[in-house]
Amino acid sequence: MARQQRKLLRDNYHQARWDEPIIFEMSVPGERGVLVPMASEEIASQVGDGASAIPASLRRKKAPALPEVNQMRVNRHYYHLSQETLGTDVTLGISEGTCTMKYSPKVQEHMASRHPGIVEVHPHQDPETMQGLLEIYYKVEQFLKEVSGMDAFSLQPGGGAHAVYTNASIIRAYHRARGDHKRTEIITTMFSHPCDAATPNTAGFKVITLMPDESGYPDLEAMKAALSERTAGIMITNPEDTGIYNPRIEEYVRAAHAVGALCSYDQANANGMLGIHRAKEANFDLVHFNLHKTFSAPHGSMGPATGAVGVKEFLKPYLPVPRVEFDGQKYTLNYNYPESIGKVRTFFGNANVVLKTYMWIMQHGADGLKEAAICSVLNNQYFMKKISQIPGVVIPYAKGKRRLEQVRYSWEKLMQDTGVGTDDVNRRLVDFGIEHYWTSHHPWVVPEPFTLEPCESYNKEDMDEYIEVLQQISKEAYEDPDFVKKAPYKAASHRPTHSAIDDPELIAVTWRQYQKKKGLRK
Amino acid sequence: MRKLGVIVNPVAGMGGRVGLKGSDGIEILEKARKMGAKPEAPRRAAEALKVIANIKDQIKVYAYPHEMGADECLEAGLEPEVIGSIKSGATRPEDTMEAARLMVAKEVDLILFAGGDGTARNIHTAIGANNIPVLGIPAGVKIHSAVYAINPRSAGEVASLYLQGKVVEIKEAEVMDIDEEAFREGRVNARLYGYLRVPVERRVQSVKSGAHSEQAEIQGMAADVVANMEPDTLYIIGPGTTTRSIMERLGLEYTLLGVDVVLNKQLLQLDVGEEQLFNLVEQHKGNARIVVTAIGGQGHIFGRGNQQISPRIIRKVGKNNITVVASRDKLVALQPHPLLVDTGDPDLDQELSGYVRVVTGWEDSIMYRVSNDAG
Repeated sequence: MARQQRKLLRDNYHQARWDEPIIFEMSVPGERGVLVPMASEEIASQVGDGASAIPASLRRKKAPALPEVNQMRVNRHYYHLSQETLGTDVTLGISEGTCTMKYSPKVQEHMASRHPGIVEVHPHQDPETMQGLLEIYYKVEQFLKEVSGMDAFSLQPGGGAHAVYTNASIIRAYHRARGDHKRTEIITTMFSHPCDAATPNTAGFKVITLMPDESGYPDLEAMKAALSERTAGIMITNPEDTGIYNPRIEEYVRAAHAVGALCSYDQANANGMLGIHRAKEANFDLVHFNLHKTFSAPHGSMGPATGAVGVKEFLKPYLPVPRVEFDGQKYTLNYNYPESIGKVRTFFGNANVVLKTYMWIMQHGADGLKEAAICSVLNNQYFMKKISQIPGVVIPYAKGKRRLEQVRYSWEKLMQDTGVGTDDVNRRLVDFGIEHYWTSHHPWVVPEPFTLEPCESYNKEDMDEYIEVLQQISKEAYEDPDFVKKAPYKAASHRPTHSAIDDPELIAVTWRQYQKKKGLRK
Repeated sequence: MRKLGVIVNPVAGMGGRVGLKGSDGIEILEKARKMGAKPEAPRRAAEALKVIANIKDQIKVYAYPHEMGADECLEAGLEPEVIGSIKSGATRPEDTMEAARLMVAKEVDLILFAGGDGTARNIHTAIGANNIPVLGIPAGVKIHSAVYAINPRSAGEVASLYLQGKVVEIKEAEVMDIDEEAFREGRVNARLYGYLRVPVERRVQSVKSGAHSEQAEIQGMAADVVANMEPDTLYIIGPGTTTRSIMERLGLEYTLLGVDVVLNKQLLQLDVGEEQLFNLVEQHKGNARIVVTAIGGQGHIFGRGNQQISPRIIRKVGKNNITVVASRDKLVALQPHPLLVDTGDPDLDQELSGYVRVVTGWEDSIMYRVSNDAG
């Protein structure tokens, strides 16, 4: 039966707007959410009242300054606020290019928040009593070894940038162990994630950044000019955040190895390559994956996240401890790695993120992972073709060269023709129930940028809806640019002034600060 | 209510179309007119002013008479208060300077001018130490100064945003000018005249990328350069606001437009000429290092505004002893064009071409292409 073509554009969409107060403003003296029952006299006379067992130095002298609000009002308050945001559950996460906003299966969320095997486990327990969780850690490590070809993984780092910092620390430890103290420099590229420059810099390296050449690939000649006996390593993202995959990546690796430098592969953008391309065959020495991107543990809201770090055998001694190991019978936590860079995170990382990764990989299987990659790339080809046909859009660099799973587009032509730029389009998007898209990391080498990533989770209808919204806004820009520039019209909040966000006089990040600045408190 | 001053140099750009490489001077102007040159600046100015007309109820506009601003304002739909007087059809640089002086006296918030390097120079001379921001509508033949918007429309937009208080960042932009006589004879001889303050349209960044401060990065760059200064090495510090941050970090006096010499973190000489500098280098027992930045809208590291650092000095110091500094924003804005060298010695220019490591922050650098040819 043929599918009926239905209207995709949500032009009746209107976001909730609640004029919601700050929860402290809802406080009614004496109002309570829970009345904690006190121990009966009989019990208290035998074992004490509970509170007195807490050492005096830990006990509060004053009651906490929490707002006094009952449960029903607390519940309603946060529901109101949630209706004023647009998250991946309610909108098309295609907007967040580089974030890989695929579907985070609800069954995973359910398990991670209810299954006693994780919820009732404490990281300080004897490892013998958490064998199931350690098995999951061990198996996720084996899966990632297979996906990347690397020989060992650590699941300790708490995010992508953290993983890159860990890799920079491993590079530093490696050269130090060799007695080579000249290796003070790291080379990266302008289109790599900014953390590929920032984290080695924080780890004490001098950073050299390469600009893209005319084709949009990192300038190989520039890299050769930058490489020397002082180069500790190169840290690059491939495909870069523009979606352009560098097919000559092995030449860069060869050039770096020739001077004795290590090669670290930022695989945050691995979604289009699972089961197709591996760090090992490209000869990289270190790699990292974002488990909260590619492997579906939800991405956003400042975590939790995990940056899984993988290395070749010769770098295994430097990995963070403890390592999860299996002797054929039991899973153990091994701290006995004297050359380890140490701990990079509390306990052994974010266990619930590792758990969700395990579930996701198990639900997909090896062929499922590859299919996810293929679908994400296929989706992106369709999407890119359609977007490129929208008036005002240009796709800079690597003309005619394919992008993998995402694309950095530009509204430069729209800006020149109509004066409407990427920030204007972004504000109008919200009027159709689409969340703000990701523009670009700083610096904006691509002018008027917007970066979109369909992933494998969105179907053709989802993509067609997104395309129609951008077509509509482009049409509006050419016909009535002022209309677009005055958007949004149907959002919870109209036109926040960004200059206020940068003004220390106008910002308050705590209730106390807010009261002081409003003159409500001394 | 914010006040806008509008000055148009009606003859700017007339030398260009007929290949005369400039229009400073009455004889050249006559020649251009005889060759059929038509005024370009008024049309471009009107294009920018039409954008500003959208906010005409929010601002007060002052314009110089007739073709020096008033005509273009009226054409764009603005209602300016006309100040000053000119001889229509026979305008001169002195008119531009007087216009700027009168605008300053009226305490305008922004001077919007249409013209080229010559016009920018006139405005700079007239404004003097005053801090009034200006913005150029590109309409001249020579556009080496960095005070212009990319095109007339963009000039109108940035000016509108600034007058509405929506743009707060001001940058210091170089005022350059090329010696036209020399230019016609095939020699490029550019001088750095000084700096004007120009509003920058601030790009709103998404939260994920975090805040960005060009100033903070330049401070980091200066700290890096100073931290790496070696004892008993002569440091030749080229002109510019970027290199200025190095002198400021050292707490030394400096000349913004001149070349200063530092030894052991102390000031040795201010504003040296070529001869003096060569002697200093020759007589110095020990190494020397040149520290330069990109000057002017085209990104020259040698040949615009720092000709005192001559080929023989560069050769004596050695091309491996050159430190180039710049803000990352500057390089990104320059992309895909290379940094340029035009020392006057083509062989040296060739040797300097290739890649250079530009210090852009604390222990942070960008590998950038250098070329002897803007093509």
